[in-house]
Amino acid sequence: MLRYVLKRLALALVTLVLLSVVVFATAQLLPGDVGRKVLGPFATQEAVDALNREIGADRPVAVQYLDWVGGILHGDFGDSLALRVPAGPLLWDAFVNSVKLAALAFLIVVPLAILGGVVAGLFAGRLPDRAITLTGISLTVVPEFVTGIVLIIVVGLWLGWLPITAEAPEGAGVLVQLEHLVLPALVLALVLFGYIARITRAGVVEALEADYTRTAYLKGLGTWTVIRRHVLRNALLPTIAVVATQLGYLFGGLVVIETLFNYQGMGRLVFNAADQKDYPLLASGVLLIGAVYLAATLAADLLYAALNPRIRYRAGE
Amino acid sequence: MSVAPLSPAELHAEARAARAERRRLLLRSPGVLIGAAVLLFWIACALLGDRITPYDPIFDQSEDVFASPSAEHWLGTDRLGRDVFSRVLAGSRDILLVAPAATLLGTALGTALGLLTGYLRGIVDDVLSRLIDAVLSLPLIVIAVTAIAALGTRSATTVVIVIGAVFAPIIARTVRAAVLAERELEYVRAARLRGERAPYVMFVEILPNVMPVIIVEATVRLGYAVFAVASLTFIGFGIQLPSPDWAVQIADNYQFVDPAWWTVLFPAAAIASLVIAVNLVSEGLQQAYER
Amino acid sequence: MSGAPATGPALEVRDLDVAYRVRGRWRRVLRGVSFQIGRGESYGLVGESGCGKSTAALAIAQYLPRNGRVRGGDILVDGRSVVGLRGQELRRYRAQTVSMVYQNPGAALNPSLRVGDQVVEAFTASGVRADEASARARAALERVQIADAESVLRRYPHQLSGGMQQRVVIAMALAKDPSLLVLDEPTTGLDATVEAEVLDLVAQLQRELRTSVLFISHNLGVIAKMCSRVGVLYAGRLVEEGPVETVLRDPRHPYTVGLLRCIPRGGVRKDHGRLDTIPGFLPPLGAELRGCVFADRCPLADARCTAEEPPLVPLAEGHTSRCWYHERAAALPREEAPDLELPPIDREAPPLLRFRDLGKVFRERGHDVYALLGAEGAIWPGETLGLVGESGSGKTTLANALLGIVEPTEGTVELDGRPLAPRFQKRTPEQLRALQIVFQNPDSALNRRHSVRRILLRALRKLAGLAGGPAEGRLRELALRVRLPERALTQKPVQLSGGLKQRVAIARAFAGEPRLVVCDEPTSALDVSVQAAILNLLVELQAEKRVAYLFISHDLGVVRYISDRIAVLYLGRLQEVGPAEVVFEGPHHPYTEALLSAVPTVDGGGRERIKLEGEIPSAAAPPSGCVFHTRCPRKLGRVCELEEPPLREVEPGHLLRCHIPIEELRRLQAKPPAERVGA
Repeated sequence: MLRYVLKRLALALVTLVLLSVVVFATAQLLPGDVGRKVLGPFATQEAVDALNREIGADRPVAVQYLDWVGGILHGDFGDSLALRVPAGPLLWDAFVNSVKLAALAFLIVVPLAILGGVVAGLFAGRLPDRAITLTGISLTVVPEFVTGIVLIIVVGLWLGWLPITAEAPEGAGVLVQLEHLVLPALVLALVLFGYIARITRAGVVEALEADYTRTAYLKGLGTWTVIRRHVLRNALLPTIAVVATQLGYLFGGLVVIETLFNYQGMGRLVFNAADQKDYPLLASGVLLIGAVYLAATLAADLLYAALNPRIRYRAGE
Repeated sequence: MSVAPLSPAELHAEARAARAERRRLLLRSPGVLIGAAVLLFWIACALLGDRITPYDPIFDQSEDVFASPSAEHWLGTDRLGRDVFSRVLAGSRDILLVAPAATLLGTALGTALGLLTGYLRGIVDDVLSRLIDAVLSLPLIVIAVTAIAALGTRSATTVVIVIGAVFAPIIARTVRAAVLAERELEYVRAARLRGERAPYVMFVEILPNVMPVIIVEATVRLGYAVFAVASLTFIGFGIQLPSPDWAVQIADNYQFVDPAWWTVLFPAAAIASLVIAVNLVSEGLQQAYER
Repeated sequence: MSGAPATGPALEVRDLDVAYRVRGRWRRVLRGVSFQIGRGESYGLVGESGCGKSTAALAIAQYLPRNGRVRGGDILVDGRSVVGLRGQELRRYRAQTVSMVYQNPGAALNPSLRVGDQVVEAFTASGVRADEASARARAALERVQIADAESVLRRYPHQLSGGMQQRVVIAMALAKDPSLLVLDEPTTGLDATVEAEVLDLVAQLQRELRTSVLFISHNLGVIAKMCSRVGVLYAGRLVEEGPVETVLRDPRHPYTVGLLRCIPRGGVRKDHGRLDTIPGFLPPLGAELRGCVFADRCPLADARCTAEEPPLVPLAEGHTSRCWYHERAAALPREEAPDLELPPIDREAPPLLRFRDLGKVFRERGHDVYALLGAEGAIWPGETLGLVGESGSGKTTLANALLGIVEPTEGTVELDGRPLAPRFQKRTPEQLRALQIVFQNPDSALNRRHSVRRILLRALRKLAGLAGGPAEGRLRELALRVRLPERALTQKPVQLSGGLKQRVAIARAFAGEPRLVVCDEPTSALDVSVQAAILNLLVELQAEKRVAYLFISHDLGVVRYISDRIAVLYLGRLQEVGPAEVVFEGPHHPYTEALLSAVPTVDGGGRERIKLEGEIPSAAAPPSGCVFHTRCPRKLGRVCELEEPPLREVEPGHLLRCHIPIEELRRLQAKPPAERVGA
């Protein structure tokens, strides 16, 4: 088990390093002449050179990369080009906001989706399955902003149940803040529902057809005992990994949702940085999102291993 | 129960019956039929363009801005007084070009990459797989936004290239898994033992066997491509004005949602109908092939 | 426990009809099957794949798949009908009356529950109080001869070996003290020595507990060993039934006769006696047949057989046969085949292939695993070297090292006295053509997207350098040689039966006049009747082309039939090499001796069962000294633990790796080792 943990940790670190290279290459190298891209085609060459010198884009590539990574290791995320302030505090505020939104979405979706998936799996091929699966697929494949708009119009405007902006007024209480977050969180939850439910259903169907389930039935156990002890125990294992993975993908959805609801989170930050060609801020923001994803998958892998005896106790140990 | 040995005649009949069954599954499934009908409808709209719209979707701008749905304008008018109904009908064209093009690009690149990494293994595979892992730890939209910002140009072509490039590793991973399973089968070993070279084994022996996987994966990706193109367009990084694309319309009118909800709700419904249709068809294909 | 009447049969199956709904049509899988199992009796149900034997088991347990249904007849257990039981009643029936053990014990146990929890659950389900159940669970594991019951209870299934897992499953099955125990191929897939132990255990428990057993198997030898009565199932119909000895000695249905003749046994060898085969195919699933189900494959059949189904004709003492001509069944005409002239093998001449000191070490999770160590030997033109050993013995590694699929870590391989490159990529086309292979599973050995024609033409092009017209000519010739019907050429492998597919694979290997063909379990995925035809074909090709075979098989009867010499591997070391008859007749290596005694044969008896203790050790941590000493029933003492004996030529052409002198072995093996057997 310890071997496994160490191996996974090492693997995650390697991936993280590669990720930083990829992000650096995309956000800092791909633009080519950063100064020219930022200032546009009509700026003088002197102004471009001056900007490049100021932000250090005139140094060799390797130096730029090491400087950037080295800074991050010391907690220095560089400076925002557009706002002319250190990126660190900007990232932190945005990160906290996004986590609030994501956490609420998770709280809503995980129990619902697992329940839906289990029901669909147990009734595979019959009406409840068809209804849940079809709803799930439809909700998952529709882009967030479309679901969001429909919810804004129906729930926010026509029914008037919830506020349609995510940002609560200055000095609002926790409950009001929460109320403002419900609609965007709901959109995220709807998109995730289908995916998690689908994986859960697949796990349940597979476990129902497994030989060990037949053994359990032939022992004379009641249906509920078989499902609880034998089917669900094995079926929900893969779901854990999927749920954690979704945490990472959720941040992708945030770019759109936070724009739609005008919410100052990571997604909005990345969007603004990209929109304003604020490359240093963009690079650090994207790296942070990737790191969150890697951490989530790592946690999922370790949790999966801890719950799965086949990994916890390797044969021969 | 193990499979009974069958007579040649019966095996033949069984194979034919299995094909017929697959067709039947595809054609009888209401999901597939509805999906295909909706998809065909939007394709027809894209092909016919402004020949079938009551007003010109871009240039017929009336004084009557933000008119609510009426007999004259079934779905109302937008902020420039253009007919929303006409614009919804005309809005499928660009996304129906961009999404399949991106999927095609991604599938071609991904298949080549997947075959190479899966078959050759070794150091090439290790390095590429890690790199793919690294790229995939970023959500599609985030990589796409970053790459588009870095390229500095926002256009349909950029979107095709960026989404194609991001799909490539995803598809490569699926193809690689299938190739890995396939190369363990003895027919590959037999081919190598009679002295076949790697390109022959990859493209003549293995590729036909992983084709179903690639087809299914491509249809799934097509759904995601529509999703991604629409999302990128909505935040301003994809298809650009003056296209009457649905996501462009929504982005353009979104700030007036209260009270002019019709300017965004109907394009939104159109996008939903298209993605759901694509996914219903791809779901049906998957089920038919996985039997 | 169930308070059932102690009289009457434990199981009575009456006129049972079971059908599956496939593609909108009901297809009959069992057609009016009737039989009984008396109390304490062990009844065998035997048949080839697709005959419906597993369906019978599932119907009895009332666990048919959703598309399966009992469409007629009845099943009575303890005198009560169980067909259509539902809810609480069905639960009670499964909890207290019937138990089932099936193939692949690894899948039958829940991977995420401790063994203890699963065994305890079997007791509580049958009504044992929770506080008693754990003590009962421990006792149950001890009853199935698990030495370290306490620790096994705490483990997870994947931490146990296959044999151990099956013991646990058996312990759970016996928890309820069932009126009927159904065993469906319980040892298929286990190694020979492990299988023997599990079978011994079942036999012993059955004697002790007087449980009624329904034993389902494709292996007549296993049935002969385990059962007192047997029913032969063909195409969902019971064609013959009776006491095991009577049926095997005096079979009265042409199918049973044919089945027995397919099996290589009784010292039959390739040079004097060909195997009989059953021509034709099983009728399609669910076909409606008016006459006898076997009529279109039966050499005795006439108009009466196809028009009217024969009744079950009672013969002597409970022996029945469903055949109009049962008295002529024993005289079933043999398939016409001329005797073969096998070329003599000249071992004075230089060998075709020689390998020296061949070894392969794999790295596995930081351990060195010695898959093969110091293997030496040679193969002469036209001979068959049989390779025998259990899983992990290194058979496949040795074959792959010769072919160059696996690069040996040490040692050399020579072809015609010239060294071969360790990897096949570095070998010349000439050398590649000389060494070819036929794989175990023709499904994965043939590209399922290519037509047979395309597969063979490509092989002809690469291995014989033929293309165009000459290739077409050779293709037809090749197809004729392996008896592949012309029509099969245009088809894809999925459209062919297993036997035909294997013929295609053989044709492919023979496309370029190979000198040595490695046959890696070429018949173990096939039914016995098909196996016989494939073995005949291989022998014909050898007689004609003087090709040499390296024949790997776990089936000792098959190896004995086809081999000139046999090599026995255990934990990567050659333990014995010698002429086939010498290896079988002895004196042999103690491991060979145990292996031979472990295999149940149709002829039964003959050999004293020699029990091997424990499990096959891991190749990652092989025992010191002689690797077999941990299980050897003839271990001498310390010398075996400390010193590995060399592979010595003890008689001309007979090599042994044992500290015991050959004369001593001859003496020991002449009589049963009294202190070990019959305990």
